[in-house]
Amino acid sequence: MSPVAHPELALKLPAWRSRLLLLALLTWFAALALRALYLQGLHNDFLQQKGESRYSRVIELTATRGRIVDRNNEPLAISTPVESVAASPADVEITPQQEKRLARLLEMDAGELRKKFADTQREFVYLKRQLPPDDAARVVALGIPGVFLQREYRRYYPAGEVTAHLIGITDVDGRGREALELAFEQELAGRAGNRRVIKDRLGHIVEDMESIRAPQHGRTLALSIDARIQYLAYRELKAAVAAHRARAGGIVVLDAATGEVLAMANVPSFNPNNRDRFDPQRARNRAVTDLFEPGSTLKPFTAAAALEAGTVRPESVIQTAPGQFAVGNRVIHDAHPQSALTVAQVIQKSSNIGAAKMALDLKPETLWSLFHQVGFGVPPRSGFPGEVSGRLRAAASWRPIEQATLSYGHGISVSLLQLARAYLIFATDGELWPAVLVRREAPAEATRVISASTAQAVRRMLEMVVEPGGTAPRAQVAGYRVAGKTGTAHKLEGKGYASDKFVSSFVGFAPASGPRLVVAVMIDEPAAGQHTGGAVAAPVFSAVMAGALRALGVPPDAPVNSVMPPPDAQEIKEEV
Amino acid sequence: MLRLNLLLLGALAACALALVTSQHQARKLYVELQKEQELAKQLEVEWGQLQLEASTWATHARVEKLATRMLGMRVPPASHVQVVPPAAPGGRP
Repeated sequence: MSPVAHPELALKLPAWRSRLLLLALLTWFAALALRALYLQGLHNDFLQQKGESRYSRVIELTATRGRIVDRNNEPLAISTPVESVAASPADVEITPQQEKRLARLLEMDAGELRKKFADTQREFVYLKRQLPPDDAARVVALGIPGVFLQREYRRYYPAGEVTAHLIGITDVDGRGREALELAFEQELAGRAGNRRVIKDRLGHIVEDMESIRAPQHGRTLALSIDARIQYLAYRELKAAVAAHRARAGGIVVLDAATGEVLAMANVPSFNPNNRDRFDPQRARNRAVTDLFEPGSTLKPFTAAAALEAGTVRPESVIQTAPGQFAVGNRVIHDAHPQSALTVAQVIQKSSNIGAAKMALDLKPETLWSLFHQVGFGVPPRSGFPGEVSGRLRAAASWRPIEQATLSYGHGISVSLLQLARAYLIFATDGELWPAVLVRREAPAEATRVISASTAQAVRRMLEMVVEPGGTAPRAQVAGYRVAGKTGTAHKLEGKGYASDKFVSSFVGFAPASGPRLVVAVMIDEPAAGQHTGGAVAAPVFSAVMAGALRALGVPPDAPVNSVMPPPDAQEIKEEV
Repeated sequence: MLRLNLLLLGALAACALALVTSQHQARKLYVELQKEQELAKQLEVEWGQLQLEASTWATHARVEKLATRMLGMRVPPASHVQVVPPAAPGGRP
C-alpha cells in the first residue's frame, strides 16, 4: 500500500505563518530575559532590601558608662543596671483591682497612673524609673498586658557625700551633670553601637549579619584622689565645721612630689545617691569654684619675693613698733604690737606691718610677678568645670596702700586649690606643678618660680610658725616636722569688711625635711567663739596630716616621741 | 556519559546536604555564642554590683563606726604612740 498523501498534508501553508510563530516565541523569551535582567541586575538593591526587611533587624548595643576609681582603683562611681517600668498605653488591659495593686507597688497615686494609661496617643510612657530589682519583679508578676520593664543604668557612688563635690552626679538618663562626671562626659559615656542580625519568627537571633558600629564602652577614669585620705579629710573637716558652728569649709590635700590632688572635700555636702533632694547650692565644690581673701597665708609669698629681690635676708630686722604704720591716709595695725622683728619672726608671729614694710620696699611688678607665677589670678586648669581664676589686679594700678594690704593677703581673692598649689613652691624647693585631679601616669614638667635657697629659707620660717611662739602650735603632728602658715581674714560684706565674720585658714606641709604632702584648710565664718586660723583651721590640718602621713607610710623625721602638748599660752594670736 | 552525570548528581546532592548541615551547625553555634555573651554580660553586671557592695561594706565611715561601737576601738592619743625607726641594716639599732 503506497502511502496515500493525506489531503491536508498536501496543503501548502504560507511560510510567514511559521516565522510569525517563531518570532512570537522569541519575543516572549526576550521579554522574559529582559525582565530577569531587570530584577536581578538593575532593580536588585531595592528588592534585596525589601527581602531583608522581612527577617533582618538592627539591634542597639548600649555602651555602659565608665567607672570612676581612685588612685588605688577603689571604685568611686559605678553604673549598674536597674529596671524601669514602662507601658504602651494603647496595649494596656488592666482591671481596676490590678490598677490599685500596681499603684501601690510603684508608690504612685492611682489617679496619676490612670492618667498615664489614658494617653493612648503615645506608644511609650515611663510609669516609674529605676526600681530596685525585687519591686520590678513583682510588677512583672502582675502580668498586665502592655506594661513592661525597660533596662536602664543607674549610677551609684559608694563613698557618698565624702566625694560628692568632686565626682558630681549624672542625670536620670545617665549623662554627667556636675563636677567630674560632667568634665569627663566624653570619655565616660562611651558610644552606643548597633548590629544587623537575622531574627526568626519567635524573635530569637539566629544569625549575625554585620556589625554596623561596635559599641564603645566608657573608659574607666582613674583619679589622683586617695579614698583613705579623702575620707579622713572630709571627716575632720566636717567635725571642725560643726564644732565651730561655721557656715562652710573646704580642704585640699596635694602630693608635693607631683602636684596631684589627693583629697578635696567640702562641707556642707550632699548625698549623690539621692538625686531627688539635690540642691545646687550644696553641690558647689567650694575649694575650686569659690574665692576668698586669703589673709596672712599670703605673707610667705611676700617674704619670698623680698628674699628673691635681695631687699631682705631671713635675719634682717624690721621695726614693727609701735604697732601702727601709716600708708597714705590709712593705718595698718598689729593687734599684738611687737618691737623689732626679723623676717622669720614676721612670718612666725604674722605681723601685718612687717609684711607691709617688706612689700613697700619692692617694685609692684616684682610682687605681682611672683603672685602671678604661683598662679593667683590665673585659672588653675585642674580640669574641673567652673573653676575660677581669682582676682589679682595689674601692678600698674596699685596704690601704695593696696600694695601694702596685698602683702598680707587683702585685696586679692583666690580659691583654696590655688592657695594649696602655690605652697608647692615652698614644699618643692621652688618648683610648681600643675594641680591635676586625674592620676598622672607620666611625670609632669615643673616650672621654677623661686630659687631653692629662698624656698628653703621660707620653709624654715614656716616651721617656726608651728613652734611655741608661733601662731599655730596646734598644727603640730607628733613625730613629724611640720611647716605652715595661718590665715585669718575679715569677710568682705557689701563695701567693707565685716567686723565679726572671718575666714580662717591654714596651709602647710610635712615632713619639713622632705615635704610629701601639702594640706590647705579653710573654714568659713566660724561662730563658736574662736576665729583665728591657728585655733580653728590648724587642728584640722594636724589631724589630716597625721592620718595621711601614716596612711602613706611616710617615715617620721622629728626626734622620736617628742610630743609637745599644744601650749595654749604660747600661741600668738593672729593679726587680722 | 550517563555514569558521569549520575556521579555529578550524587556529588551535588552531597554538597547540598553538607551545606544545609553546616548552616544548621553555624546557627546552633551562634545561638550558643549568644548565650555565652549574655552570660558574660550578666557576670559583668554582677561583678559591678559585687564591687559596689564590697565598697559599700568597706566604706571608711562604716568600718570606723563598727570599730568604735562594736569593738570598742579608738585612735590612740599621740602620747600613747611609740614610733620605732627601722633598724639599721645588718645590725641592732
